[in-house]
Amino acid sequence: MLNLLSIITFTPAIAAAILAIFLRGEDEAAQSNAKWVALVATLATFAASLILLVGFDPQDTGFQFVEEHDWIMGFSYKMGVDGISILFVMLTTFLMPITIGACWNVTHRVKDYMIAFLLLETLMIGVFTALDLVLFYLFFEAGLIPMFLIIGIWGGKDRIYAAFKFFLYTFLGSVLMLVAMIAMYVDAGTTDIPTLLQHQFSTESFSLMGWQVLGGMQTLLWLAFFASFAVKMPMWPVHTWLPDAHVQAPTAGSVILAAVLLKMGGYGFLRFSLPMFPVASDIFAPLVLWLSAIAIVYTSLVALMQEDMKKLIAYSSVAHMGFVTMGIFAANQQGLDGAIFQMISHGFISGALFLAVGVIYDRMHTREIVAYGGLINRMPVYAAVFLLFTMANVGLPGTSGFVGEFLTFMGVFQVNTWVAFFAATGVILSAGYALWLFRRVVMGELIKESLKGIKDMDRREKLLIGPLVAMTLILGVYPALVTDIIGPSVTALVDGHTLALQAHEAASQLAQN
Amino acid sequence: MIGADLFTALPEIVLALFAMAALMVGVYGGKDKLAEPILWATAGIMVLLGLFAGSKGLEAQTAFNGMYIADAFAHFSKMIILFSAAVVLVMGQSYLAARDLLRFEYPILIALSVVGMMLMVSSGDLIALYMGLELQSLALYVVATMNRDSLRSTEAGLKYFILGALASGLLLYGASLTYGYSGTTLFAGIITTISEDGMSVGLLMGLAFMLAGLAFKVSAVPFHMWTPDVYEGAPTPVTAFFATAPKVAAMALIARVVHEAFGVVPGDWTQIIAFLAAASMFVGAIAAIGQRNIKRLMAYSSISHMGFALVGLAAGTAQGVQAMLVYMAIYVTMNIGVFAFILTMSRDGKPVTDIDSLRQYSKAEPLRALALLVLMFSLAGVPPLVGFFGKFYVLWAAVEAGMTWLAVAGVVASVIGAFYYLRIVYYMYFGEEIEPLDTVRAPVQATLLVASAAIMVLGVINLFGIEGAAALAANALVK
Repeated sequence: MLNLLSIITFTPAIAAAILAIFLRGEDEAAQSNAKWVALVATLATFAASLILLVGFDPQDTGFQFVEEHDWIMGFSYKMGVDGISILFVMLTTFLMPITIGACWNVTHRVKDYMIAFLLLETLMIGVFTALDLVLFYLFFEAGLIPMFLIIGIWGGKDRIYAAFKFFLYTFLGSVLMLVAMIAMYVDAGTTDIPTLLQHQFSTESFSLMGWQVLGGMQTLLWLAFFASFAVKMPMWPVHTWLPDAHVQAPTAGSVILAAVLLKMGGYGFLRFSLPMFPVASDIFAPLVLWLSAIAIVYTSLVALMQEDMKKLIAYSSVAHMGFVTMGIFAANQQGLDGAIFQMISHGFISGALFLAVGVIYDRMHTREIVAYGGLINRMPVYAAVFLLFTMANVGLPGTSGFVGEFLTFMGVFQVNTWVAFFAATGVILSAGYALWLFRRVVMGELIKESLKGIKDMDRREKLLIGPLVAMTLILGVYPALVTDIIGPSVTALVDGHTLALQAHEAASQLAQN
Repeated sequence: MIGADLFTALPEIVLALFAMAALMVGVYGGKDKLAEPILWATAGIMVLLGLFAGSKGLEAQTAFNGMYIADAFAHFSKMIILFSAAVVLVMGQSYLAARDLLRFEYPILIALSVVGMMLMVSSGDLIALYMGLELQSLALYVVATMNRDSLRSTEAGLKYFILGALASGLLLYGASLTYGYSGTTLFAGIITTISEDGMSVGLLMGLAFMLAGLAFKVSAVPFHMWTPDVYEGAPTPVTAFFATAPKVAAMALIARVVHEAFGVVPGDWTQIIAFLAAASMFVGAIAAIGQRNIKRLMAYSSISHMGFALVGLAAGTAQGVQAMLVYMAIYVTMNIGVFAFILTMSRDGKPVTDIDSLRQYSKAEPLRALALLVLMFSLAGVPPLVGFFGKFYVLWAAVEAGMTWLAVAGVVASVIGAFYYLRIVYYMYFGEEIEPLDTVRAPVQATLLVASAAIMVLGVINLFGIEGAAALAANALVK
């Protein structure tokens, strides 16, 4: 199939258009129709993406399933996947039906809600499959619109503040990247990503307003991309939008935000910063490593003190993304393998944790930790599931969380032992906040009057969380499932990076002599 | 060969003769009873002339010894001007009729001002330039005060007139300096003088004063003071007109002057335009944040958008002119949609312009709210909507010309500007409920609103081929 990627990308959008045009009314029947259409569309997308996975050849490190058409202004509509991007596509299509299932209880503007999520899925898949700079930017930025509406319309009490903060924060980061993209276009004469990956951007130092810019153009481009991806990731200290957005977003919104949207930043580092600006990446690697270490320790400490469950998980997400940036900028096989693995596994784990919070929020309508306690007495299944994901979040061996953290540690240990040391204390802290949360919410005697009538997870909730349990355990004991697919592409990326650095080293040696 | 000359300038002549004939019919015929047919006839003839301009070949023709130029650039600008003027006329008709403001002079004055605009974009001479500009402006001063019983409307007209006269004075002073130091009023002659004798200080002063006068017409900062007041005071259909066609004409005129008369010394004017651009983008974006009146808000929004269009011109290249033309075409389309919506805003039959009144509008009118949402995101420049491509184009031209700082300033301003566009979305979709707006049956306005939004969405496929046409136009201007 020649345009499989387009089919996968645009199936949800077509379903959204069908909903928008043909579905009328706000009664119960219309609402349930909207939900079923969305569910079927996302399941169909997932099925199509399975064909993609089966047809994918991991040994080929180039782009596969490539399709290309001319577009405006000399850009092209070009899609394709390689070992780095395919798993993000799979993660998105896998999680979307679960997300749709998680909003089954929504009754307010159901049709619009489903349309927003379906459009969001199209845009997210597009980010991971686009092979044209401008096309990538299009998908990357357009995702802000549905997410702004999801937080703003269906969010919690302070949703307006959160929606604006989310939008403006990420918008500011991205527009600087836009200028950098234009500069790349002007320099290389193309927006084709595979060509740009081969293009060498100038590294000659020059002075700008009296400042000596080491690494020249690459440095400036790297910084502009960093502004965008660091906010999206989010890295300390530009992470402050995330807790607000997470807390105010509805459950399904939080799931998709944590599980997929945050991965766009990491994917961006892997696709652009590292391979296209190797010299600048090398210059800034220590900075990123230390920022990551600070993020891990600092946000873990902050998470420890949270009274709102969602906020706690949000901060823990920031800490886990710290492992990802650490792994990426270690720039070796283990580090990159670990970073990608951590992103995939965090997609399942954080998604499941937000679902778990959603389960009790639906029953009690509060996310305050103090409002709970002793849930194990009435919700044994829930307690077991929550325990599993708490442990996975901590990084217990046997769960997927362990593999990612371990690999990134291995990667970064070879580069910077001190960073590895500080990051390791973050693991201890994460055990602290996660277990303490579990202790306060699930364990103990059930003494609160309001909790006496609480019911265990129903069939829908079990059905939603089941696949996540399975994936977390499978990847925990058999990580080769992921590393086999990403391995060759990562090796190629690391080799290319090392070669570029050696060439630069040799060139500057030559210049000195 | 006066016959050939007249034939070249046929579109302007036809429209001017039509306006005079309509005036006669109006005065000696049924007066305001004839307003509606005259309006429709004017719109019709504008569409026809627009199609005629579009059908003209690429070959450049001059008339009256080079005072009048009919090239691809002029045709492209005229098409935007004529079509948008026709649409705005039709769009405002029911609004004016319902408020007893539809006088037969209205379409005639608009037609005369369009003649002025057509002359502006075709001018090849300082005198022709001034004639076109004044014809355009004088007609607009009058329509601004069309609501004679409203204090605001008369104030707006007077303010516009006085400040406009000041700007015309500046322009004339600059033109006289230019004439004095080059010995000719023809653009072609000025550029020859400069390339032979170099740029003298007198010419530089002339250029600066002329740019100041023209900047007033596009409401670029620091010559923007009149815009919010006039936008607010004038009747909404007139405001819609102010926001569209005259802006295109003035922007095209700036391009014409700087490239045809001063094209050999780009360094002298790109700095001035870059400053105007940066200042407009920021002032427009920041000042709009405090506005509660949607017409004032759109005034600041248009100041900011003019800043972006000027970024294209500041590049000083053919690509920059192309970017400016694409930007203006997109800007006009978006503004027509937004003003079509503003025309329908009313409560108890009275027009409302407070953005607060939009709270939870999406419940009452989901389709119109969705269309306005699309337009707001497009104005903010969020992809994949067409407004983004306009911004991309001008930024690209700026970076290509080595003005990366201007591009960075532009994107930062666009983030600030995004705030107030988002606020309108926020009111419509998640504001608290208040007394709702009237649900007005307004087929024309609703159609235009939805069509404009649809263009913003569907344009992502190929921009409706406008970039190719704009490239031809730009290459005709910049040799």
